[in-house]
Amino acid sequence: MDLTELIFKTVFLIIIFAVTLVVAMYSTYGERKVAAFMQDRRGPNRAGPFGLLQPLADGLKMFMKEEIIPLTANRSLFIIGPSLAMTTALLTGVVIPWGGTLTIGGREFSLQVADLNIGILYVFAMVSIGVYGIMIGGWASNNKYALLGAIRAASQMISYELAMGMSIIALVLTTGSLSLHDIVSQQHGLHWNIFYQPLGFLIFLTCAFAETNRAPFDLPECETELIGGYHTEYSSMKLGFYLFAEYINMFISSAVIATLYFGGYNMPFIGSIGLSPNIVTLLGTAFFFIKIFGLIFLFMWIRWTLPRFRYDQLMNMGWKGLIPLAMFNIVATGIYYFFTELK
Amino acid sequence: MVFLFYFLSAIMIICALMVVFSKNPINNVIYLIVCFLAMAGHYILLNAQFLAVVHVIVYTGAIMVLFLFVIMLLNLNKAIILRKSTVTRVSAVITGGIFFLVLLAATRQTFEIHAKYPFASDFGLVSGIGKVLFNEFLLPFEISSILFISAMVGALMFGKKDV
Repeated sequence: MDLTELIFKTVFLIIIFAVTLVVAMYSTYGERKVAAFMQDRRGPNRAGPFGLLQPLADGLKMFMKEEIIPLTANRSLFIIGPSLAMTTALLTGVVIPWGGTLTIGGREFSLQVADLNIGILYVFAMVSIGVYGIMIGGWASNNKYALLGAIRAASQMISYELAMGMSIIALVLTTGSLSLHDIVSQQHGLHWNIFYQPLGFLIFLTCAFAETNRAPFDLPECETELIGGYHTEYSSMKLGFYLFAEYINMFISSAVIATLYFGGYNMPFIGSIGLSPNIVTLLGTAFFFIKIFGLIFLFMWIRWTLPRFRYDQLMNMGWKGLIPLAMFNIVATGIYYFFTELK
Repeated sequence: MVFLFYFLSAIMIICALMVVFSKNPINNVIYLIVCFLAMAGHYILLNAQFLAVVHVIVYTGAIMVLFLFVIMLLNLNKAIILRKSTVTRVSAVITGGIFFLVLLAATRQTFEIHAKYPFASDFGLVSGIGKVLFNEFLLPFEISSILFISAMVGALMFGKKDV
């Protein structure tokens, strides 16, 4: 890797970082607007035109609030908790292919920070580490509601990780590669994986909801039972980090779903219009973001439509519903490819 | 690369020592998690990407979460000081010493083994491991999977109250 590429990668990394934060910030605005639309209200409309400055005002408020660390809490772990949640949420964006290749000054630059050979497993590893932020923070608060929230988070994530991994195995059987770049380039045209793996997509989507702690699976922070769940004792920007990490996770998991099942940056019929390659790449990236925003809207839509699960229902659905379905999906996919692609 | 190696090794050794010397169970588990992450870093330095990521998923992401889960559930908050009899202590030292000898013997052989297998660039990648597992080591691989299934069924049998 020479200097030009290093500089490009560094700049690109910073851009991704900034875009992730901005999208997550405006997801909070989007969520409130969507909620308002569904409940026939107006939503935030005081700060700036259409309330567009509301996320900035919220962020400022979070920073200005008094920071409280309970006397009985474990100080160091209490601080590590939200930092971990934020870090692991931001780490996943590295392997996602945000676009094709850009040609600048006769050189090709890929719009992906790292094309790992095991990209999809890397995503999975980051998801599985992500639970530590919640668990450590919840335990360090030394509050029984926070502890209950943390324990719920741990058991929920472990249960849904299994089904998620199995739906990925079926996907890997179809694509034959673990690299996200290969998976996207195979879906060129309209060969999106959702048409080949509809069941796997549904399982993956359900598990993504559970892994991001979004309603109807937001039991770790269930207000009606646990006050605030794992972040009951948190205040100021530490609370902000937890809430913000949830929105980053939502953005990143939408990006992963779009990459795996909706063809990533592939746009149907784009090759036949006859535009220059750079414009095609940029349009593809824009199209990728449209897909991501559609999925984020789906996340919000479901949150404001479905009521929360009961805890035993959640566990039953994970272990008795999704895992057998995912196993069936693997076997069915395997049998199909065994008989159609005998070589 | 050499700097990274020493850096990761230092983290690993310090964390491993802290696992032993720290008194609070939660801190023990967290040091062990950091130790495992550093070990994954070592795997990546050896070009074993697949092993590294599986190590993170299985050990750091699943087994240690369960450890932490159990400790939180039992709320083992206080530092515990174990009191063991002299016989237990002496036997523990002897067992540890014998295990150290075995490790030493294994390490000595690496210099001979290392020369026999030159470095290949696809070593440690998924396709290479898959081909080796399903050709050369198919039988041991299948047998170990049967072992896992029987362990799972056994755990279910123990967990159920009325069989």
